[in-house]
Amino acid sequence: MPVNDTLSTYSDWTFGAAALVYVFAMVCYAVEQAFNRAAKKSEQAVLVGAGAPTSYGLIEKPPARSRPERFGRMAVALTVLGAALHLSALVLRGVATGRAPWGNMYEYGMAVTLVAVVTWLVLMRKYDVRRLGVFVLTPIVILMFLGGTVLYTEAAPVQPALQSYWLVIHVSAAILSSGLFLVPGVVSVLYLIRASHDENPGKFTRFGPKLPEADTLDRLAYRTTIFAFPIYTFGIICGAIWAEAAWGRFWGWDPKETVAFVAWVVYAGYLHSRATAGWRGKRAAVINSVGFAMVVFNLFFINLVIAGLHSYA
Amino acid sequence: MSRILAFLRNTWRGLTSMRTALILLFLLALAAMPGALLPQRSLNPPNVDTYIATHGWWGRVLDRLQFFDVYASVWFSAIYLMLFVSLVGCLLPRTLEYAKQLTAKPVLTPRNLSRLPHHETATLDGSPDDLIAAARTRLRGWRLVEREEADGARSVSAERGYSREAGNLVFHFAMLGLIVTLALGKMVNYEGQVIVLANGSEFCNSGTLNYDSFRPGLRVDGTDLSPFCVRVNKFDAEYLPNGQADTFRADIDYQAGEDLTSNTWRPYDLEVNSPLRTAGDRVYLLGHGYAPTFTVTFPNGESRTQTVQWRPVDNLTLLSEGATKFDPPGVTDSAERRTKQIAVTGLFAPTALMRDKILTSGFPDLIDPAAAVDVMRGDLGIDSGRGQSIFEIDRSLVDSGRLSRVARQNLKPGESISLDDGTKVKFDGVVRWVSLQVSHDPTQVWVLASAILMILGLGASLTVKRRRLWVRAVPDGEGRTVVRVGGLARTDQAGYGEEFHRIAAELLSPRRDT
Ligand code: HEM
Repeated sequence: MPVNDTLSTYSDWTFGAAALVYVFAMVCYAVEQAFNRAAKKSEQAVLVGAGAPTSYGLIEKPPARSRPERFGRMAVALTVLGAALHLSALVLRGVATGRAPWGNMYEYGMAVTLVAVVTWLVLMRKYDVRRLGVFVLTPIVILMFLGGTVLYTEAAPVQPALQSYWLVIHVSAAILSSGLFLVPGVVSVLYLIRASHDENPGKFTRFGPKLPEADTLDRLAYRTTIFAFPIYTFGIICGAIWAEAAWGRFWGWDPKETVAFVAWVVYAGYLHSRATAGWRGKRAAVINSVGFAMVVFNLFFINLVIAGLHSYA
Repeated sequence: MSRILAFLRNTWRGLTSMRTALILLFLLALAAMPGALLPQRSLNPPNVDTYIATHGWWGRVLDRLQFFDVYASVWFSAIYLMLFVSLVGCLLPRTLEYAKQLTAKPVLTPRNLSRLPHHETATLDGSPDDLIAAARTRLRGWRLVEREEADGARSVSAERGYSREAGNLVFHFAMLGLIVTLALGKMVNYEGQVIVLANGSEFCNSGTLNYDSFRPGLRVDGTDLSPFCVRVNKFDAEYLPNGQADTFRADIDYQAGEDLTSNTWRPYDLEVNSPLRTAGDRVYLLGHGYAPTFTVTFPNGESRTQTVQWRPVDNLTLLSEGATKFDPPGVTDSAERRTKQIAVTGLFAPTALMRDKILTSGFPDLIDPAAAVDVMRGDLGIDSGRGQSIFEIDRSLVDSGRLSRVARQNLKPGESISLDDGTKVKFDGVVRWVSLQVSHDPTQVWVLASAILMILGLGASLTVKRRRLWVRAVPDGEGRTVVRVGGLARTDQAGYGEEFHRIAAELLSPRRDT
């Protein structure tokens, strides 16, 4: 199947545009974050209530939107636009190569970051956490930048070992779960900051109060993690099934397999920590962040530095 | 005596506590990491040797501490054994507990429902009996118990989501199953690799000697392999213009079971992602390469032809190296023979490309084959009793002068070299070879079954919420009834609120029929 160069060039441009739009979105989130004084609870409630689009456009004047609020809304709109561009970039790659667009690290990184952005958009609808956008988008933009430069790969067909429907199943599970894990990974770090501030208001005096309640952060991290964890488990099992067919054994402690196992055990530890006296809260948050660090380590270090069977990139 | 018992009991309690399990999990994660960072014998022994050689003292210490065999090391095994014990110790009491819960009735309705995290109240028309009956209808699917209380009040305790704990137990038991089946697999499995020429050559799984390398499980002595044979007729590779491989396919025939006695062959297309599964074993296509054919015509007129696999030195272009070794025919005196043995060594390129008069390969496919050979004559050391690689000559014999180069030339198929003593070395052509792996592990379907159960159990345990709901109906003395509804989620998971409000709203809405 020959590669369509025009489409793949369009894909590259769209990908760059998406990253750029995210950067603008980050600026808006940052402005909102910076100008937003620690929002008082009552004020927040009003904002949330007024935010429903139905109240918009009524003759009665809706409560005036403050400037940070306007920036926040703009940031969300830009994030949605970025995600649309991001999605087009991925689809164009897929059409250009005539296969699932995750056959090398560049494409993989593109898909993971897209999942993370979409996850974030969904969570923003459910929780009042818009202010955190800049923290979530930062790692995403960094990953996209690394992907577009260091890891960039020309569109091409994949080699025989990757020509299998398991590529679609196993790798999409890995992409979905990794993208989902990004959000709790970041949120857990913010939780640690907020919890330190709550314990000792002298710490993070400027920054701490602007974060959502520790409880909200904790719940957000937990619920996203338990959504991602079974998908991750499923992905690892599919990997083993595929390895049985492609490499002759279902598990061989190849470096990639090993670190996936380690990350899985760390997340299992996270779930246990929440049922263990003395381990809830901060320790659990640390474990969650370590889990995501393992996922990223597995993506970069193992693929780039250590040669194993997974080194296709 | 009682001291010992107390000690054992405390050890057991400690080992099966949640905290210990958690710490053991982290130890396991930590202990697995060196296996990803350091070379491992199970994956690549030469890398380990290089690592030890370059790191001197450090390398030797790490080796002593089994850092190059992490997953077979004493410490790694100790951690997962302890985790295993902890798991068993944790699961047994939890299973008993769960069995008890399954037959137990939902707990009494708390005296004060308004203290619960979720609660709602309304005063409705109708008698407590009617309202409780309506609640029972609404709460179909919940485990219910109805109780009469003082003052004519009635209450219902309801509980739901028992499958959460069931899922959790299934998950942990399945993991236990996974660990056990993995261990069994290590006992009875075997794995062997062999190179077969793709010119109708056969391989039979009749003994370990037929393999180039063989790795038996702990309880396998190699006498009891599953009998089957494979014949490799042809190998095809397709490449993209840039040299990247697109497809590999070996056209093979195989026979197993009855077919062996009746000598029936069945065809199969062996490809990278589709192994042949036969006789309980699996046959994989792992790699391929080229085997040049050389004919040596000795001065006495006799000739010998050999096709021996050469190994790729560059996986992208399949430039290959090797050594095809010949014994002179008709020489009975072993001392004399050891002066006349011949080896054809050097490089083979499937698509010849000359770079500064040095042969390299420009493409992995067979487009314009050529070989750059050194012909060596003398003592090859084949009958010295020392094992040697089929891809190399013994360099020490060259250094000691017992083997020396007598010609060096680039050859295309059909071309030949004449040596000073009248010997002729002809490059006839080339045959492809495939490298096959045979794997045997009857336990792997059980591992898969355990893994699937793990996923199912995990799904139930993370999505189902264990939650309780109580309804109390108290007559208000004026012909109406005060209904209070309270709810409590028993698990970490938030999100009971919505469901509770929905149910409460239905139970507390004024009833249309009265
Ligand atoms: C091989 C090691 C283990 C692994 C990988 C593992 C994995 C898991 C996972 C993924 C969960 C999440 C399911 C859920 O939250 O419902 C879980 C829950 C649980 N595990 Fe384990 N487990 C292990 C060993 C143990 C041991 C030894 C114990 C007992 C001491 C234990 C007790 C529990 C309990 C009580 C829960 C429920 C926690 C909750 O309700 O959130 N596990 N385990």
